[in-house]
Amino acid sequence: MIGLSPKLTQKLAWGFVWLAGIIAVLTLVFIIGYVLAKGLSAISPEFLFTEPKGGLSGEGGISSCIVATLWLIIITMAILIPLGIGAAIYLAEYAPDNKFTRLVRYSVELLAGVPSIVFGLFGFAIFVLALHFNYSILAGALTLVCLLLPFLMRSAEEAIRATPQSQREASLALGATKWQTVVHVIMPAAMPGIITGIILCVGGAVAESACLYVTMGGSAGMPSSFLSGGRTLAVHVFYLAMETNALDKALATGAVLIILILIINLSTKWLSQRFQAKMSGET
Amino acid sequence: MSRYFIDRFSRRIVFIFGMVAFLILVFIAVFILKESLPALKEVGVVNFLFGTKWYPSHDAFGILTMVAGSVITALLALVIAVPLALGCAILLAEVAPPRIRNIIRPAVELLVGIPSVVYGLVGMIVLCPVIARLSGTGSGSSILAAAIVLAIMVLPTITSISEDSLRAVPIQYKEGALALGATRWQAIHHVLLPVARSGITAAIILGTGRAIGETMAMIMVIGNSPIFPTSIFQPARTLTGNIAVEITAATGIHESTLFATGLVLLTLVMLINSAGLLAYRRRA
Amino acid sequence: MDPKIQTRALDFRYGKVQALKKVTLDIREHQITALIGPSGCGKSTFLRTLNRMNDIIPNTHLEGKVLLDGLNVYEPSVDVVEVRKRVGMVFQQPNPFPKTIFENVAFGPKMLGINHRLRLDEVVERSLRRAALWDEVKDDLGKSGLVLSGGQQQRLCIARVLAVEPEVILMDEPCSALDPLSTLKIEELMRELERSYTIIIVTHNMQQAARVSDWTGFFLLGELVEYNKTGELFSRPKDKRTEDYITGRFG
Repeated sequence: MIGLSPKLTQKLAWGFVWLAGIIAVLTLVFIIGYVLAKGLSAISPEFLFTEPKGGLSGEGGISSCIVATLWLIIITMAILIPLGIGAAIYLAEYAPDNKFTRLVRYSVELLAGVPSIVFGLFGFAIFVLALHFNYSILAGALTLVCLLLPFLMRSAEEAIRATPQSQREASLALGATKWQTVVHVIMPAAMPGIITGIILCVGGAVAESACLYVTMGGSAGMPSSFLSGGRTLAVHVFYLAMETNALDKALATGAVLIILILIINLSTKWLSQRFQAKMSGET
Repeated sequence: MSRYFIDRFSRRIVFIFGMVAFLILVFIAVFILKESLPALKEVGVVNFLFGTKWYPSHDAFGILTMVAGSVITALLALVIAVPLALGCAILLAEVAPPRIRNIIRPAVELLVGIPSVVYGLVGMIVLCPVIARLSGTGSGSSILAAAIVLAIMVLPTITSISEDSLRAVPIQYKEGALALGATRWQAIHHVLLPVARSGITAAIILGTGRAIGETMAMIMVIGNSPIFPTSIFQPARTLTGNIAVEITAATGIHESTLFATGLVLLTLVMLINSAGLLAYRRRA
Repeated sequence: MDPKIQTRALDFRYGKVQALKKVTLDIREHQITALIGPSGCGKSTFLRTLNRMNDIIPNTHLEGKVLLDGLNVYEPSVDVVEVRKRVGMVFQQPNPFPKTIFENVAFGPKMLGINHRLRLDEVVERSLRRAALWDEVKDDLGKSGLVLSGGQQQRLCIARVLAVEPEVILMDEPCSALDPLSTLKIEELMRELERSYTIIIVTHNMQQAARVSDWTGFFLLGELVEYNKTGELFSRPKDKRTEDYITGRFG
């Protein structure tokens, strides 16, 4: 700035950056605080254990949403975890360093940027329609696997690559095969990072709404199997907000979501610390 | 010997797993293209992309309004988010002491985990009434509301990549500037920021990609009217919203136009993200 | 006595860089052979060709023969996993697995298919005794290998190799990361092991080579310059380059 001394400019700049940081923190505190403050009071055992009854005033609770969310997570993770870890093992340990591998890696990066609603369109066309799963938790789960795969692959590959080369050499020099080295030496060492990645994917799945909105249908009833349609907690918030007046219930559901997300986030931090301690030798 | 068999077998299996992500991407592109073709043929690419009237019941399928909605909202969100994000990045990388850093950084990371419907909900309940009062008309569902919500949602992305880029600048550059008598801010302004430029550009581009791809929060605060907006206080509709709001009830050509919208969205986001990845690779 | 390992005109390249030039050498059974030379002379590279550890590095090229008991280990029909069982390796930086002491030593036998608990107990005890570590850790087998001191970790790595019952043990600067006391313990251990195994050690410490080995090979710029009984090589070197290195004129 012309005319201002360097010291003054620095003071202004520092003021600005601190302001930015405070705004970011305050925004977070406000959003979480607002939802919890307004929403926690409406959470009761009744709320958690009755089904939503629909209608303009949004009667009922969220029991079917909780169940649908649980089913969704279980099925999604059951497919995603082996797939993501296997793919990460391939890229980290087996893939040759050539153009084709670079293409594969690039496609993983691109896939990570595809918007959720586009995954929803894809899932709608393939899982709901073409494969005749109809609006179902299964269709939602398969769509979610596609969406989350690049993220789990990234975490897992990073964790695998972080294993020191000396460990691989020690194992191979003892006469172990490559696969034995992967299973008995590399995987155990990479597990902490991989588990963190998995938990973060669970968090992502809980928070997702767009692609599930178009693949799971909007049925508010209790799902009877993974072929039933349903709503997850996040999708239910959307329905409550857009189709009913029950903003208090929406906030309550939002509060449940936020508590889940906080638990998930805290457990990754806690797990990281535990694993650090274990790795440095205190069994 | 069994363990040799397992070794060879496992090699083949992990190869297949490794190809899945690539195959999914190809499948998505192919499928969406295939489902869009009827619409593009019947409506015509030019009419589709540049038509301003979207009335499915009258066979009018122009998405220019939605393109404008997405782009204007995203740009406005960036105008709000980028200065804030850069400020946070500089704060975290250079200014804040470690104890404060350990509060702000997790806070910024936590913002990423909050579901977009929660952002939309708070935006609906708190932000829109404020904007309604400010603008004097309407419900407050507007481009401005959507831009503010979007800005908060992309802030963490831009902040963390920018912070990493600043930290990646070799320390010798900063020390050189300080040794010549520059203040810390001068060192940041004239040395660190220019050197970290590619990384910061990448951060902004990738943030843009995420902004354009956001759906549910947008639907909740932008009003969803497919009429060309003339001010930021008016409602609008995004490409993403267009798809989500109509896909469940659409049939025939209408359904195909929604896939075509998805195709436009996909292409747009792919181009933006590729540019971002390229800039990211060129950084220090 | 037939040589245990023989190399014939061994050439090795990393990409375009020639690391070994026509190295021809006979390693005798139940003896300690030391390989010395300045940094970058190829001695570690040479060691790694003997158990095909260089296979895992991309873009490398090998010509010539490496014979183990007369058979070329680089023949396509040869099982590299079997070669590495017979020719074990101890590395410069001790690299125990982040597992318990017991699991570290039992790792090799487990990979080979030995799962019976009693057999494993036997093998672990025998290997730790042979590595002169048993008395120090026998009550702590369940502790992580990483809590041991540097010298103990290296002996753990030696025990780990012994557990697969190799015929040859390759040691790549095994003591360079250790304190003098641990170094002496390991040198003592080598002399013990020599009776049952063939040992090849790479070292940048000439005094160690002189103390410990029966035969010494001097490498310079990828060439095997001289190879002789240790006593001969150090007191009456035949090549001027060897003499210069030994007397400290370079290196």
